Formats: sequence, structure tokens, C-alpha cells
Amino acid sequence: MSASGGGDAASPAIRARGVRKVFSAGGREVVALDGIDLDVAPGEFVCLLGPSGCGKSTLLNAIAGFSLPTSGELTALGRPVTGPGPERAMVFQEYALFPWMTVERNVAFGLEIAGAAPARRREVVDALLAKLGLTDFRDRYPKDLSGGMRQRVAIARVLAIDSPMLLMDEPFGALDALTRRSLQDELLRIWAELKKTVVFVTHGIEESIYLADRVVVMTYRPGTVKRIVPVALPRPRDPSSAEFNALKREVTALVMEEQARHQADEAQATAD
Amino acid sequence: MAPGSAARLFRSLVVPVTLLLAWEGISRAGWVTPLILPSPAAVAVRWVAYLSPLEPFDAAAGPWWRWALSGELPHDVFTSVMRIVVGFVIGAGLALPLGLFMGARPLVYELFNPLLQVLRPIPPIAYIPLAILWFGLGNPPAFFLIALGAFFPVLMNTIAGVRAVDAIYLRAARNLGAGEWTLFWRVMIPAAMPYILTGIRVGIGVAFIVVIVAEMIAVNTGLGYRILEAREYFWSDKVIAGMFTIGLCGLAIDLGMSRLNGWLLRWHRGVEG
Repeated sequence: MSASGGGDAASPAIRARGVRKVFSAGGREVVALDGIDLDVAPGEFVCLLGPSGCGKSTLLNAIAGFSLPTSGELTALGRPVTGPGPERAMVFQEYALFPWMTVERNVAFGLEIAGAAPARRREVVDALLAKLGLTDFRDRYPKDLSGGMRQRVAIARVLAIDSPMLLMDEPFGALDALTRRSLQDELLRIWAELKKTVVFVTHGIEESIYLADRVVVMTYRPGTVKRIVPVALPRPRDPSSAEFNALKREVTALVMEEQARHQADEAQATAD
Repeated sequence: MAPGSAARLFRSLVVPVTLLLAWEGISRAGWVTPLILPSPAAVAVRWVAYLSPLEPFDAAAGPWWRWALSGELPHDVFTSVMRIVVGFVIGAGLALPLGLFMGARPLVYELFNPLLQVLRPIPPIAYIPLAILWFGLGNPPAFFLIALGAFFPVLMNTIAGVRAVDAIYLRAARNLGAGEWTLFWRVMIPAAMPYILTGIRVGIGVAFIVVIVAEMIAVNTGLGYRILEAREYFWSDKVIAGMFTIGLCGLAIDLGMSRLNGWLLRWHRGVEG
């Protein structure tokens, strides 16, 4: 399957060939990913979409280097993935902000590690806090922020290290619908401005069509690429438009096939 | 003062004041000899005498505050607190790094854990004979016992704290490029801090108990020694005055720790302000 999208397919930001991931749980082997072939072009926005258990987070964690593939080839920015690194910055669903650091210190953390000079650090942090509307909250601790604010801090924190790639694991899943929409718009604005490569895991069909250049629909166990749906709609996209809804119907049908398999599997497991 | 806080103050004083009055009544009625139970008034008088300087003020001998603190009680308090500090610093100073390594490295944990599980249930007081055999009399056995008392609470809580660090923080830090050293200092230790501080608080509490016991056995200064000495002279009022002082010191230490806790954990969900 040729999975290359827009951009220079000769040097993809992410390249996966035959990626397979097997977990052994309680003496039983579970194939989480199998035969994943995927190219993500630099600057492309790709959504991984599928029901629970389709391995979309497993694939993201493999790209991030937290949990390496059992077999297959996986390269990021031309280098094989061997572990986590700041060039593949991750935004987690649970925010993962350091609760003992203020907003400002959280955002500055990556720069501190990289050994940036204090003046430079200050400059970058100030700019990012302003960009994400966090300036007034810089001295707050995460516990005093709303979910939307926390996710803004998490985004600012990875933008601070200026990673060419953003890996996002259902980052807006825990937010209410309105906050989610405004963060989606903010993310698109940042993406358009900074030209990052984004891999965004979600189980939101509308979210994936609203955001992505291409939606990678994955199958339920083992996780494989079921179909790659290009979204050619111009941005900003209107979720109430006919074209949007036609795509949504198509993608929903694909995802629901897998959801049905997921449910059949669960019913089976309960029956056992 | 707001009416709410006046009512609260009143409620908090009802029981202690009633007890004090009952105690005073029993003493005045002569139901028990003062030797067994001196009156609160006698204890108060004795406490003031215990607190007060022994010599009249002499400007030539030194500044007024040194004179004001020259009484027996300030000296005893200072001596006991100094022993707690030295013993605690030794005990916690050994427990903290060991706990951090045991928490962070499963191999270190497996190596040390069996021994610690065997030693941990032995109360520090059971080490008194050994402490005297090893260190003789004076401060060294007291330091040893206090350090021992502080060691285990700090160690156990530090291990638990490091093991309880949410893996997501480690992932996030690694993802941002943190090496092992940064991970240890900037993520693991602060994340484990609520547990570590609980351990320190418990450890200080144990150290406080142990210092009193140690002073009854190995030395002839400090609060523990003073109440034992008072008993030898049948000064029951001084025994109670000494106990009261010990209680005040414990309260002061706990309040101080609580303030420190609140400040260090101002980021923590459970702590307000």
C-alpha cells in the first residue's frame, strides 16, 4: 500500500514499514500492531483514528520511542527510533504537567534541559505564554488551572523545545465540547504558523476530519491500517457543510465496522 | 474577633478549663496528697521557677537575653532539641539517599529490603543496652538511638514515595530530553516529596520520643533527665512542669513542620494556601 501523502515523499518525517508490536499479557500474546506501513510527510497533519484497542496509541508510543516495535522498520526524521527524544515531542491525554512547577517553569523545563541561556529561555517562554493566552497564569500551579488551560500549558511546553514533530495522544479527549473546539482551532493556527508535523490520535470522527490532512483509520486487533482517507477540504472547515458530512459518513462507516468487531470481541470475552 | 471564632475559641477551651478546675478542686479538697498530685497552681509556680534565671540580672555578665535564657528550663530545652537535631540529621541523612536509591532501583531494593524488614520492627528503645555497650554514656548513645528512631520512617516513606511516582511524569520528562540525573533531581524527588515529608514528620515525632527515653538513661541533662531527677526528689510538681514543657516542645516542632510542609507542598492538590 502506498501511504505517502502531500509533501516530499522521498524524505518523510515518519516512515513505518511492516511495524509489528506484540504484547505478552498473562502468558497470552496480543498482537497490538501488525504490518503497519505509513509515511507522514514533513509539515503534514495526520490523525490516527479507530476504536479502543486498535493500537493507535501503541503506534504513537512507538513513534515517540516509549515502546519500540517488536519488528519492522520505524524511522523518524530519517533516523531509526530507538528511544524517546525531544525532536518527537509528545502531548499526553492526561496533560502530564509537572504539578510541582508553575506554568512558567513547566514551559521552561525542556529549554533548561537543553541548556538554553536564561535570557533566551525567558524570551521563548514569554512569547509562548502570550501565544497561548497563559501570561496571566504564569505563576500558577497546574492544580489551579482548568483542563483546557492545562492542555494549553502542555502544548506550550512542547512548543518551547521547538520540536519539528508533535505527537498528540487524545489531547482534547477530557475537555468539554466548547473548550475542545477552541483548542482545536488554536492547534490549527499554531500548526499553520509553525509548520510542524503532527500525528494526532483520536477516537473522535469529527475531530479527525476537522483537523487532519489525512485520516488513518485503523482496524481493531490486530491494529493495521484499514484505510487512509485524505481530507481535501479547505481550512477553516465547516463541520455542518455537505462535503464535511459526506466524509464523516464515509469515515464513520469504516470506524463502525471496527467498533462492531471490538464489541463482538468483548461479548466473546464476557461469555468465556 | 468574629463571633464564629469567639465561639470556636470557647469550645476549644471548655474541656481543658473544666479539667483544670476539677484538678484544682481535688487538690484543695485534700483528697490526694500533693506528692501524688500537686495542684495546677503549684505546678504553674514550679514551672515559672524552672523557667526563670537562677541569678539576678547583671549587665556586666552579658546581654539581657542571655540572662533571660539562663534558667534551667531553657537550657534543658536547648540540650534536648540539639540532640534531636543531631540525631535526626544523622538518621534522615542516611535514610534519604538509601530510600531514593531503593525506590528508584529495583536491584538496590532487593538487596536491602530483607534486612530492613527484619530490623524495622525492633523498637529503638530495644537498642538501649546495645547503644550503651557500643557508645558508653553521654551524647553518643543518645544520638545513635535518635538517629535509629528517625531512620525507618524516613526510609520507608521515601521508598514508597519514589515507587509511587506516576510514570507519566518520567515519560514526559524523557520526552523533553531529560537524562537520568535530571529525571532523578527534577522529577523523582519533587514528585516523591509529599511522601518524604510525611516520613520526616513521623521521624521527628519518633526522635522526640526517643530523646526523652535516651535522656532518662544515658545522660544527666535535658528534659528527659530533668523529670527523672525531679522524681528522685519527689518533686511531683516539677515532674508535671517538665512533662508540660515536653508537650509544648512537641507541639512547637509539629507546628513548624506543618508550616514547612504547607510551603513545600504548595503545589500539591491536597494542600491549600
